[in-house]
Amino acid sequence: MSAYDWPPAGQRRILGTDVARIDAPAKASGRAAYTHDVRLAGMLYARTVRCPHAHARVKKIDLSAAERIPGFKAAFVVQGTGTEIFWAGDDVVAVAAEDEHAAEMAMRAVAVEYQVLPHLVVDSSADVPAAFSKPMDPELVGDPDGAFAKADAVAEGDYGLPVITHCCLETHGSVAAWGKDSLEMHVSTQAVAGVPEQLALALKVPQSQIRVHAPYVGSAYGSKLAADRWGLSAAHLSKQAGGAPVRLVLDRREEQEVAGCRPSTYAHVKVGAQKDGTLVAWQSTSWGTGGLGGGAEPPLPYLFRIPNQRRQHTQVVNNIGSARSMRAPHNPQACLVTLGALDDLAAKLGMDPVALLRKNLGLLSAHADVYAEELGVADKLMQWSKRWKPRGTMSKGEVRQGLGVSMHAWPGKAHPFQCDLTIQPDGTVSVRAGTQDLGTGTRTVMAIVAAETLGLPVKAIHVAIGDSAYPVSAASGGSGTVGGSASAVRRAAVDAVAELLARVAPALGVAASKLELAEGSVRVKGGGPSLTWKQACSKLGGLPLSVRGKNPGAGALADSGVGGVQMADVSVDVRTGVVRLHKLVAVQDCGLVVDRKTTTSQVYGSLVMGIGYSLYEEKLMDQNLGRCLNPNMEFYRLCGIGDVGELVVHLMSGPSYDRRGVIGCGEPAVISPGTAISNAVANAIGVRVPHLPLTPDRVLAALSGATP
Amino acid sequence: MAKAKTKAALSGPGKVPVSVLVNGLTRKAELEPCITLLDALREHWGLTGAKRVCDRATCGACTVLVNGARVYACGLLAIDVQGDEITTVESLDQGGALDPVQEAFVAADALQCGFCTCGFVVSATAFLAENPDPTPAQIRKGMCGNLCRCGTYVGVQEAVSAAAKALSKAARPPARRAGGKR
Repeated sequence: MSAYDWPPAGQRRILGTDVARIDAPAKASGRAAYTHDVRLAGMLYARTVRCPHAHARVKKIDLSAAERIPGFKAAFVVQGTGTEIFWAGDDVVAVAAEDEHAAEMAMRAVAVEYQVLPHLVVDSSADVPAAFSKPMDPELVGDPDGAFAKADAVAEGDYGLPVITHCCLETHGSVAAWGKDSLEMHVSTQAVAGVPEQLALALKVPQSQIRVHAPYVGSAYGSKLAADRWGLSAAHLSKQAGGAPVRLVLDRREEQEVAGCRPSTYAHVKVGAQKDGTLVAWQSTSWGTGGLGGGAEPPLPYLFRIPNQRRQHTQVVNNIGSARSMRAPHNPQACLVTLGALDDLAAKLGMDPVALLRKNLGLLSAHADVYAEELGVADKLMQWSKRWKPRGTMSKGEVRQGLGVSMHAWPGKAHPFQCDLTIQPDGTVSVRAGTQDLGTGTRTVMAIVAAETLGLPVKAIHVAIGDSAYPVSAASGGSGTVGGSASAVRRAAVDAVAELLARVAPALGVAASKLELAEGSVRVKGGGPSLTWKQACSKLGGLPLSVRGKNPGAGALADSGVGGVQMADVSVDVRTGVVRLHKLVAVQDCGLVVDRKTTTSQVYGSLVMGIGYSLYEEKLMDQNLGRCLNPNMEFYRLCGIGDVGELVVHLMSGPSYDRRGVIGCGEPAVISPGTAISNAVANAIGVRVPHLPLTPDRVLAALSGATP
Repeated sequence: MAKAKTKAALSGPGKVPVSVLVNGLTRKAELEPCITLLDALREHWGLTGAKRVCDRATCGACTVLVNGARVYACGLLAIDVQGDEITTVESLDQGGALDPVQEAFVAADALQCGFCTCGFVVSATAFLAENPDPTPAQIRKGMCGNLCRCGTYVGVQEAVSAAAKALSKAARPPARRAGGKR
């Protein structure tokens, strides 16, 4: 036991309840100022000249016409003459002007000549010219050939997911302003404490001279970890313009083309089992692209440590721009390839896929008991056992019903985090941290933990984040912010209570050890005099009380490793190929829940994003043009409110989950929807539609017996 | 939709004087004729609640009311709404107190990053004015012009339904109070 440990279930006032997010009023009223909303006196607007070719060398840049545009202020050459450009849309020249219209005109007036080079932007096959292919060494575990020979059933199939984009609604961008020797930037980022270091290295400015603000961020999903070329351009342009603030935010086309990319993955899989469903052998030939930098390496087979394996993966390194980590990187891809294949194997064995998963829980590296429990909960919520029938037999007629199951894992380990908690003599409490709230609820989590520990209501806690001048905290990624922030704030608040009691004790004429904090007051244990919170804080004298909370630190407050199970209920119109999602059940383990409301929202959000990539989303590339064909929001289709069906979220809770502490939950639930929905469609129509998204053309092709 | 207007037929080249009634105040600016209502609101009149997201009338993050009807402000030119009444999210919360639709969005957690939220709130306001007692299916249809990448639709559905109830309660004649403070 440590003084920092979470209060036991019976003593929690706020922790684990439904608390409305504390910044929701600012967001619902338009008062929340995002980077896009920053308006500074004398602010200039910037646009970027982008390479129209997927692969080219810059031959000549002529800025003279741009400089003559009325309102033109500055130009910065991002990639000069002789530079090789590796994807369409990459930055070549950035220009700044008095207003957005003038900046657009100046951008169009920049003349760039290119030497066009050969490109590849598609990834439909691993069989590409050697220059675009990085085959990885084959990997062998056990004796797959022997195991396949002895297996009672072997299923073979193709599975895949295309490149998709993050499609942040607030496009990437920043407002940069130079002082005499210092740079101040507003950046739409998920790394408010990390961006200054990147800027300092690139601009050769001491990091201490750079300050970054990101009080509100219009989402990120993994795509806003870097300062990026456009962030540096804004800084350079501001310097050239004598320190005038420069706003450079991407437009929608740029955002879709260069600022978001989840790698694709395609695989041909063979998997074998015994009659009872016990998995014995796995073989996969897979490929995928994450652009030139690679980054498409799905962990295959997913979750299940099948005893005999042969795997070979090829990185297609093509001209599509670099991959950015996207919500549970590599996991949705590996999940579909693996659990799609297991679903096909179950069909071949004539087994209920849930039974096949249960049969193999022993092959998981962790949490088999959690999955067993979750499969049971999901079964009840979906009425799986009562409703499920073998593939193609759920219903007859032109609109066919189907059920599908999937499961996933995610670490969600707490990140390094630091905060300052300050109690003023007037009783006000503030917590400051150099972290960010991407919509996940960071502010709210920090307020809940401080309020719980200090015996105050949530609204009594003032949270200040989104500023690199605050105590340094890690970038938000890997679902690590909730564990890091909750743990650091807990430690700070526990230390603050100890110090407060010590400083107040003389006024009550007792030793600090005789005092306790009860709701809204400081009192002598076992009865006796007490002070209200305000009275107690007034005894601090002139000096506020300020403590630093850190993660990692003393006490076991956070853990990692969660499991989840999802089940989908779909119908497919076999005349049109249209898939309709009726219901998606998500049963999710996430350790100790800090805020039930925003945690549930994270799972809902993951499901909606999952439905999007299952049914609609694909970054379409044209090999002739070398460009993206749908860099906009009408042809890059997101889920709408009418597309999502009934969503059921069940958070696993209770002593066995609580005692592990806080675990991040922003990503795991986005892993399974593609697989659960794909398996449900196979269950409905009797054949596998190999590749997501499950668009009508793909469904009809699968029904007609076409192979990918 | 705003009626197509022809009064600015001879506009440009170059900036022209534009005057638009926004939230009851006449706002003026010298604008290029190609400037959208959205950009005029955001860049010239400091009203940044409506967001520029898709910038081609798909996602609804820029939703404002033109004569009470929902409109994508990125799809209209500022010169074309002279003479119309524009309402933006900034007019909804009076003196910092949220209105019932905004309250419902907060309570139902119908927002995450919040970038689409003002568009949803304005859209829901007009939708509920048209349909004060909607069924769940009507809400899904009536709110389908707004997109959210964080996936807050379950909350939106709940919020619009709760706002409908709150607004109808507020519209009824107040029940006699039993005295004393509420």
